[in-house]
Amino acid sequence: MEFGLGGGHDALVDDVRRFLGEHLTPELLARVRRGGTYHDWDFHRALVAKGWMAPGWPVELGGQGRPPLEVLAIAEELQRAGAPMLGLGTTMLVASVLRHLGTAAQKEAVVRPALAGEILIALGFSEPESGSDVAAAQTRAVRDGDEWVVNGQKMFTTNAHEADYAFLLARTDPTLPKHRGLTTFLVPLRQEGVEIRPITTLSGERTNITFYADARVPDALRIGEVNGGWEVMTVGLTYERTSAAGGDSIRLLEAMEDWAVGGTPHGRSADHDERVHEAFGRAATENEVSVLLSRRSAWLDSIGELPGVEGSMAKLFSSEAITRQSAQFIDLLGPEGIRTEEDRGAPARGEVEWAYRFAQGTTIYGGTSEIQRTIIAQRGLGLPRG
Amino acid sequence: MDLNPSFEQRQLVEAFSTLYRGESTTERVRAAEATGFDPGLWEALAGAGGVEMALPLRAGGSGASLLDLALVAEVHGRHLGSAPLVEAQVSARLLERLGGAAPVVADVAAGRQILTVALAPPGSGTARGVPAAMVADAVLVLDDRCVALVGLADARTPVHNLAALPLADVRLDADPLATFGGEEARRSFATALDEWMALTASALVGLGRRALELAVDYATTRQAFGAPIGSFQAVAHRLADAATALDGATLLSREAAWASEGDPARASDLAAMAFAFAAEAAQVAGEWSLHVHGGYGFMLEYDVQLYFRRAKGWAAVYSDPGRVYAGLGARALARRA
Ligand SMILES: Cc1cc2nc3c(=O)[nH]c(=O)nc-3n(C[C@H](O)[C@H](O)[C@H](O)COP(=O)(O)OP(=O)(O)OC[C@H]3O[C@@H](n4cnc5c(N)ncnc54)[C@H](O)[C@@H]3O)c2cc1C
Repeated sequence: MEFGLGGGHDALVDDVRRFLGEHLTPELLARVRRGGTYHDWDFHRALVAKGWMAPGWPVELGGQGRPPLEVLAIAEELQRAGAPMLGLGTTMLVASVLRHLGTAAQKEAVVRPALAGEILIALGFSEPESGSDVAAAQTRAVRDGDEWVVNGQKMFTTNAHEADYAFLLARTDPTLPKHRGLTTFLVPLRQEGVEIRPITTLSGERTNITFYADARVPDALRIGEVNGGWEVMTVGLTYERTSAAGGDSIRLLEAMEDWAVGGTPHGRSADHDERVHEAFGRAATENEVSVLLSRRSAWLDSIGELPGVEGSMAKLFSSEAITRQSAQFIDLLGPEGIRTEEDRGAPARGEVEWAYRFAQGTTIYGGTSEIQRTIIAQRGLGLPRG
Repeated sequence: MDLNPSFEQRQLVEAFSTLYRGESTTERVRAAEATGFDPGLWEALAGAGGVEMALPLRAGGSGASLLDLALVAEVHGRHLGSAPLVEAQVSARLLERLGGAAPVVADVAAGRQILTVALAPPGSGTARGVPAAMVADAVLVLDDRCVALVGLADARTPVHNLAALPLADVRLDADPLATFGGEEARRSFATALDEWMALTASALVGLGRRALELAVDYATTRQAFGAPIGSFQAVAHRLADAATALDGATLLSREAAWASEGDPARASDLAAMAFAFAAEAAQVAGEWSLHVHGGYGFMLEYDVQLYFRRAKGWAAVYSDPGRVYAGLGARALARRA
């Protein structure tokens, strides 16, 4: 048994940090935070140029052939620095699906430019009436010769305003049982039948509601079989499982530690405060656990096993941890803790106040905490289904 | 990173699992509750080299790593071992590092003598609540001057406790059997405490995982309102949280034990993290497993109460998690300032 990541890991981490020092400027971070779009084309293309769009893919497919733990090491550093990665994440999820299920033409028309940083793909799963129950999607797609006509609405289509395609889950046969009548498409977003309206969120992250009114998608951009959408989704969700965890709360704790040693002019004096020490020690411990849980998934991946329940544990634990920590840190800061980053006197640069808002979303998107617990209970512990 | 135990480690775990399955059944655990000590189990452990393995080759041991010991401690916890294996291992290693007399070290290695360690500094001439002190021959104590090896025969008063541990209050008025002074000795003692925390974390993990298994088994078979109770989310989701915390505690405690050789600069922090986190994870698993059993969980006849009491007691004998977290936080700030 070995917990060390090897000498190559340290060199890789140094490399990522150098890259971030050059490309993830304070101005860029401030722009992203203000605008709420967690995608930046310049930064995205710099990552592509470095080969870090798909570092785990084989070289002949445009990757670097890195093992899962190295891929995770890069992701950990990016997350910890607060880099805008949502566009890359959704695009790579779809690219992975296409790598396994796409036609040769789709790989050429979509995967190649995606890996080259030329196009972006958003996820269109959630709808006004369904989110957790993703298979309940009602958006309709009806065949019309070589094309399909799409009508309906998708909620929370993050980065649709930057993206070229939405990976859309649509109902193609309402007479079939819920999971059987679905088909997935890559719907071009820059067309007349698509309207994209911004949704502003608690953390300032921008997402979108997308309306489809007789929007058109060629059959060549259908992924998988007609009415085989659920199988495609199952493949897609498998690639969402090894993501970095704990980076946001590591950054949050660093901001708090800076505050505590920095003479806190209006806040409580933190130097000898046992409550502060306890909260910091607990947070550091929880962050170590988050990192270990996600590294376990990557390690399983590296020995050819599919992390399923393990990924749910990492997601559940890390998102619940930052939710607890951010609330507790506001309490430690006292009345000063609710000052936002716009306030020049905000303790810890307003990071804690922001994190408290941000954290709530982490327990919702990517499968809510309840959905993760159900996966762990049923598939991990073998408890009976309700 | 490789999270699989090595072939030798799997063999070690298998050998000790067989031993504990035979010598630490829940009937035996119950029978030993009055004293907290099962002499048959101890004899088997000593015979299997349970203490000797913890010593380096130079002292006639088999030089097991702390990670090897942690894997054995998981088995110990899983079977609620009524024997002070962790204390004996940790204090044997400490005595050897201190340069204790070779014949004593040899006796300890063979299990003929049991040593233990006082986890907190004594106050007014007494070390309170010393683990294993009712069954050990001598205890290693750190006071403000030195580390002292103190005989226990006439110096102890039993402490009745939640976890049926063989605890004792120890009077320190007699002359010590040996003393070890200097900075080096203090550092060795601090290392022993780290080792105790890391191994106790592993024992708590083993105990907690078994408690969770009892809960899952029960929740799968017990019916209410025409359905197995494990199909109710109020039950299932709390067990999922307990399982997640225990997986985290398993990884963390193994990492802490690994770090004693693999990453010495972080070993002390990781041991504290593992101890506090495993204490909380085991406590939650114990409480939840008990609760899932309904009224039966409250009956002494059901085994779950054995796990519930030890989950809290095995950790509380040293410290509550909050104080350990506070120590960690203070150390991190001191490094940053
Ligand atoms: C910032 C942000 C970005 C997002 N980005 C995207 C995106 O890019 N693409 C996309 O498709 N979606 C996206 N989403 C949507 C997200 O996936 C959904 O919000 C999420 O899956 C929950 O669905 P819902 O909002 O419909 O809530 P619901 O499913 O209605 O859930 C409401 C509450 O009920 C609970 N609940 C639901 N079902 C169960 C159950 N079976 N057992 C127990 N409790 C249950 C949930 O846990 C939750 O607390 C995003 C969401 C946010 C907040």
